[in-house]
Amino acid sequence: MFEALTDRLTEVFQRIGRKGRLTEQDVDEALREVRRALLEADVHYTVVRDFIAAVRERAVGEEVLRSLTPAQQVIAIVHQELVRVLGTERVPLQWASQPPTVFLLVGLQGSGKTTQVAKLGYHLRKEGRRPLLVAADIYRPAAVEQLHTLGRQHDLPVYDEGTKANPVDIVKRAVKLARDQGYNPVIVDTAGRLQIDEPMMEELERIKEAVRPTEILLVADAMTGQEAVNVAREFHRRLDLTGLILTKMDGDARGGAALSIRTVVGVPIKFIGTGERVDALEPFYPDRLATRILGMGDIQSLIEKARQEISEEEGKKLQEKMLAGAFDLEDFLRQLQQVKKMGPLTQLLEMIPGMSQLLRQQQVQISDDEYKRVEAIILSMTPEERRNPDIINYSRRRRIAQGSGTTVAEVSQLLTQFKQMQRMMAELGQLAGGRGRGALHGLLGGRNPFGGLTGLDGMPSLGGLPTRPTQAPHPARHTKKKKKRR
Amino acid sequence: MIFSRFFRRRTPPTPQLESGLRRSRQGIFRQIVQLFERNQVDEELFEDLEALLIQADLGVTTTEALLERLRERVRRGEVRDPVEAREALRDEMVALLESAMRNRRVKIYQRGVPFVSLVVGVNGTGKTTTIAKLARYHLDQGRSVLLVAADTFRAAAIDQLKTWGEQLGIPVIAHAPGADPGAVVFDGMQAAHNRGIDVLLIDTAGRLHTKSNLMAELAKIRRVIQRHVPEAPHEVLLVIDATTGQNGLNQARVFTEAAGVTDIALTKLDGTAKGGIAFAIARELGIPIAYVGTGEKPTDFAEFDPETYVDALFFGDEED
Repeated sequence: MFEALTDRLTEVFQRIGRKGRLTEQDVDEALREVRRALLEADVHYTVVRDFIAAVRERAVGEEVLRSLTPAQQVIAIVHQELVRVLGTERVPLQWASQPPTVFLLVGLQGSGKTTQVAKLGYHLRKEGRRPLLVAADIYRPAAVEQLHTLGRQHDLPVYDEGTKANPVDIVKRAVKLARDQGYNPVIVDTAGRLQIDEPMMEELERIKEAVRPTEILLVADAMTGQEAVNVAREFHRRLDLTGLILTKMDGDARGGAALSIRTVVGVPIKFIGTGERVDALEPFYPDRLATRILGMGDIQSLIEKARQEISEEEGKKLQEKMLAGAFDLEDFLRQLQQVKKMGPLTQLLEMIPGMSQLLRQQQVQISDDEYKRVEAIILSMTPEERRNPDIINYSRRRRIAQGSGTTVAEVSQLLTQFKQMQRMMAELGQLAGGRGRGALHGLLGGRNPFGGLTGLDGMPSLGGLPTRPTQAPHPARHTKKKKKRR
Repeated sequence: MIFSRFFRRRTPPTPQLESGLRRSRQGIFRQIVQLFERNQVDEELFEDLEALLIQADLGVTTTEALLERLRERVRRGEVRDPVEAREALRDEMVALLESAMRNRRVKIYQRGVPFVSLVVGVNGTGKTTTIAKLARYHLDQGRSVLLVAADTFRAAAIDQLKTWGEQLGIPVIAHAPGADPGAVVFDGMQAAHNRGIDVLLIDTAGRLHTKSNLMAELAKIRRVIQRHVPEAPHEVLLVIDATTGQNGLNQARVFTEAAGVTDIALTKLDGTAKGGIAFAIARELGIPIAYVGTGEKPTDFAEFDPETYVDALFFGDEED
């Protein structure tokens, strides 16, 4: 998608064929493409209109920097403006001066409130708090049971009064209990409701009146379309929201709804939900979301994850081995395991700009089971075989296949592809020797520990997936491909 | 009112859909009225129509395609004033949905062979509630129904389905939380056979379409079903929430690849969201909408009819 936007912008500017200052005409043509990208990301129609007007004002007449093309220049301005609207600073949760602090989570049906309540509780307990979760959704069948189950699984106390009591009373008594027994904060799970459901919205107002929550957080699904604006505006009008939790960001939705909500109600985005697991709650980074809304992938997050899991030193050692052509299956296995620590493969790949698009176009199914299969095959080899794959003859292959629950063909495929990868690396190594190390560093992602990322490139094909041509590409071509990051 | 004659109803009302959609149409209705109060078909009218359709989540591409067809009709002289433009746009929208409806498989219910309906979708679109509604719908048609709780992942999902089962008086096949969904479905298929059940409704866990392992699980469930009844599942319902934006298209695409989606169930139409992504799905993938959900009660449910939907959502009627 980013490629699409950049390409389209580049095309626009080529057609105009000028440099120097951005003229009104340049900007208008470019912004038409930007507008489309934003609408495709589900940013609300009127929000897009105002946003484009603001960018236009900034961009017209601006000098095109020598280092940038006009297309890049426009994208840079758009990106900066997006970040500005999304909020340049992270705003932490606010706490009441008098404990317990009450957090109220509200939103439409199915936005993920109950799951986020558990995540928030888990997150805050890790920070040394003693949270109490409150089940105030008495309407949806088994909602109370759901919160209880989550509480039990993660050892978080849950307060409930079944489904017969009034939610306002439930919350009041929960807060009293928290005060008496030293729980702090109190995190309230409310029933999902439509913003136009008068009795249900009144119920929230009464809960707010009764316990004066410090934070009232709107839980919104990243996949929400144009409706996000109506929902947020109405919840805000009734309750004075203090923040937003954007859920289901582990999918491939671009999350334009967040920009709409930010623009309309102005409250900060406090957390991002990135999965169903209780630890899948992350702080919010505006620049990353801006990149994502424009469809530019999330390479920063990926690099950060790689940094967390792979030490600089390890990365360097691996790199040297690779370039010397001495990279063996044991190194590969270690690398595989490191990548695995970083999270599900699909999630990692989605972070690479354009990757999700590409994978879908080529109809490639990448499954984390591929990890397991490749891992099983390598683990079924003797250390000797891993260090020196050339000795693996047919009889050894059969044994490995049996040991790993795969077929001889799968083992052979892995070996063939590994050999190709090894050769490619050696060629790259020679290239690096010729042109100096610095160039190669830049090429492979700069300072970023190189094991992880290369692993990502090599992995899918090693799993027997048709993600790259069967013969090893020419190193020069490979270089070009890498730089473009398609 | 002056505009009432423009908004002559063309199709008989469906009570559930009507009441549910009434709220959806507030606001947008006023807009469309103003739109056609203009005296001529000009660029401004097209701009306003674009705003209207995009705000209904039809997406840029589908909106442009619809408006291009309208422009074409203006060029050909078939459309001369805003009233005709309204009629023409309405017809184009209905035609778009109807062309997908032609892909519908006829639903044949026969004694002795359970009609298997597999209900899938991303998290929080209302799969379990839709199952309750479907169950109620089939009961009303005099069919025996069995529910299968194949969402063994989300906390208390099984309890949720069981609660519905009790309320509707129908049996639920369930295993313990965390069990293999394939195994539950296997038992469900067997039970349906043994008890001579007419309709088997399978509730699956919500899953984002980007999780390929979970999508593979759906393919496996399909295989388990087919081992019992080769032509099943007779219906694979993708539940899409009316508030869903452009991501709905990706959802439909990937779920279709993995699970062979046959129809869409469009839920939560009782809010102000319009579910316009269904147009994009119908246009790009040709998947028809079968049912609409308009509330939390099992009766808030209707079979989908393109004309009623388009009229109710975009073109209102006199009572407003």
